[in-house]
Amino acid sequence: MIFAIASGKGGTGKTTVSASLATLWENDVTAVDLDVEEPNLHLFLNPEITGTEKGYVTVPEADEERCVKCGACRDICQFKAITLMAGTLLVFPEMCHGCGGCMAVCPEKALIPGRRELGEIVRGRSGNMEFLMGRLRIGEAMAPPLMRQVKERMGFIATGDVIIDAPPGVSCPAMNAVMDADAVVLVTEPTPFGFHDFKLAWEAFSPLGIPMGAVINRAGLGDSTVQNFCKEKGIPIWAEIPYDRAIAEAYSQGRVIADAVPGLRDTFLKLKEHMVAAAEENDMLGVFRA
Amino acid sequence: MREIVIISGKGGAGKTTIAGAFAHLAENAILCDLDVDAPDLHLLLDPDKREESEFWSGHEAVIRAEDCVHCATCLNMCQFDAIEFSIEGYSVKPFRCEGCKVCVELCPAGAIDFPERKCGHWFVSDTRFGTMVHAQLFPGEENSGRLVTLLKQQARQRAEAGGLDLVLSDGTPGIGCPVIASLAGTDLAVVVTEPTPSGIHDLERVAELCEGFRTKVAVLVNKWDINPAMTEKIEAYCRDKGYTLLCRFPHNRAAVDSMLERKVLTEYDPGGLGTLLKQAWKDTLALLEK
Repeated sequence: MIFAIASGKGGTGKTTVSASLATLWENDVTAVDLDVEEPNLHLFLNPEITGTEKGYVTVPEADEERCVKCGACRDICQFKAITLMAGTLLVFPEMCHGCGGCMAVCPEKALIPGRRELGEIVRGRSGNMEFLMGRLRIGEAMAPPLMRQVKERMGFIATGDVIIDAPPGVSCPAMNAVMDADAVVLVTEPTPFGFHDFKLAWEAFSPLGIPMGAVINRAGLGDSTVQNFCKEKGIPIWAEIPYDRAIAEAYSQGRVIADAVPGLRDTFLKLKEHMVAAAEENDMLGVFRA
Repeated sequence: MREIVIISGKGGAGKTTIAGAFAHLAENAILCDLDVDAPDLHLLLDPDKREESEFWSGHEAVIRAEDCVHCATCLNMCQFDAIEFSIEGYSVKPFRCEGCKVCVELCPAGAIDFPERKCGHWFVSDTRFGTMVHAQLFPGEENSGRLVTLLKQQARQRAEAGGLDLVLSDGTPGIGCPVIASLAGTDLAVVVTEPTPSGIHDLERVAELCEGFRTKVAVLVNKWDINPAMTEKIEAYCRDKGYTLLCRFPHNRAAVDSMLERKVLTEYDPGGLGTLLKQAWKDTLALLEK
């Protein structure tokens, strides 16, 4: 089963929760960091890296000799990645989304597939755990295609359960990361910022119809607005992690908090039970629906 | 006209807390929340919306089932896995569609429409610290660099019209498209970081991005006292790279308590933490003069 750990906002504790869950998962598990802009999960899991490959997007390269300057490629490109300037065809690879439209419409086959590096896909192992992450090249704007490639690898290597550390926010990268999950864990904190972004995330992910539960991190720090909202909307609270300086310090030392702070292991084991139960129940309902 | 943007690489490092305080301290500035995905600055500044505009960007493909001839060209050509085939026929998954127009152009039956996409709203508001430009994307929309660029343009125009000489922006997390748009044309980036493995990792990545834009970098270490050794390490790194160290900011509940009261830190605790921030702001302005 696939579990996505998401949050409307960064810094609420997604990676902390992902790392703790992956560490105490007894069954075969693959930990996947899909926050390709700022992957951090490896800093806590310290996997032994077994392989790194580059991720590319296919971009057009112009064959000047064949080009008849008809402008068809420029006309189809929605991303302003191709222009005709003073009779010269100019391609701006960094603007290209790799849709392939220009190559498909060129009547002279004057555009040939080239490539732009998006970043790297890193694979590793730590004990019984498989590890996978994407890391976007600095200066590269397009995270979703690299995320897709990481997800493809995930399809090949994942044998047991999968824990996805999703990117922050509620825009397309975050949606993309949670879309195929069997259950989503929404990590939040009981502060006005946390609550505001939690609401956005709940609104964004609800239409996907995936079972969702909340983890309230730094509980006791702010007020109970998040808890009240969960009650009102029927969102189960699967775990509360108390506000505790010892946790912040353990995290700052790169430690997995379920191991480092007494009592938290049980909190995370309970969380795991809730996640698995929610996914299984949904699975059963799916059988009935079919 | 000068532009300062506050970024962090990582979410939750304290960008908005610092941005709110700086907004209070700045004179002659237009304020701007560039985090269009999960904006939070409005929670502190309580803006009174003066203007509201729709944000439309790009297009999305929509298949007219009655005209579809089931040739699967769209399915085969789409590079974004956005075409779905089910018992009801072919359809487009809006979350995955990048609006590249390939399916629209290549559909032999001309059965695909390409309407414009409404992605969210943007606002110009009055706050107790002056005019603020901000936005909210609809959940699941592309976290658009275009919207960030639009906000910056608006902020600049309004600053010029109002005789103000500074645009102060709360930036976006990550290093991808929205941050790249945030940094374009910016004079100074204040990078808020934390002494954690993720904090330093993300600082390094986002600072490298700033260098690519020739944007000056100044660093503020938030919650420095949760890991003094790591703080030293960050500061050594900054000295080595020639980044200005603005201030060490302690781990303090006041940051959350002020948020609960909808105040910025310099209002909530002017004599204590406020003093630190006043000095940091003075030093930030001095950097603009260099």
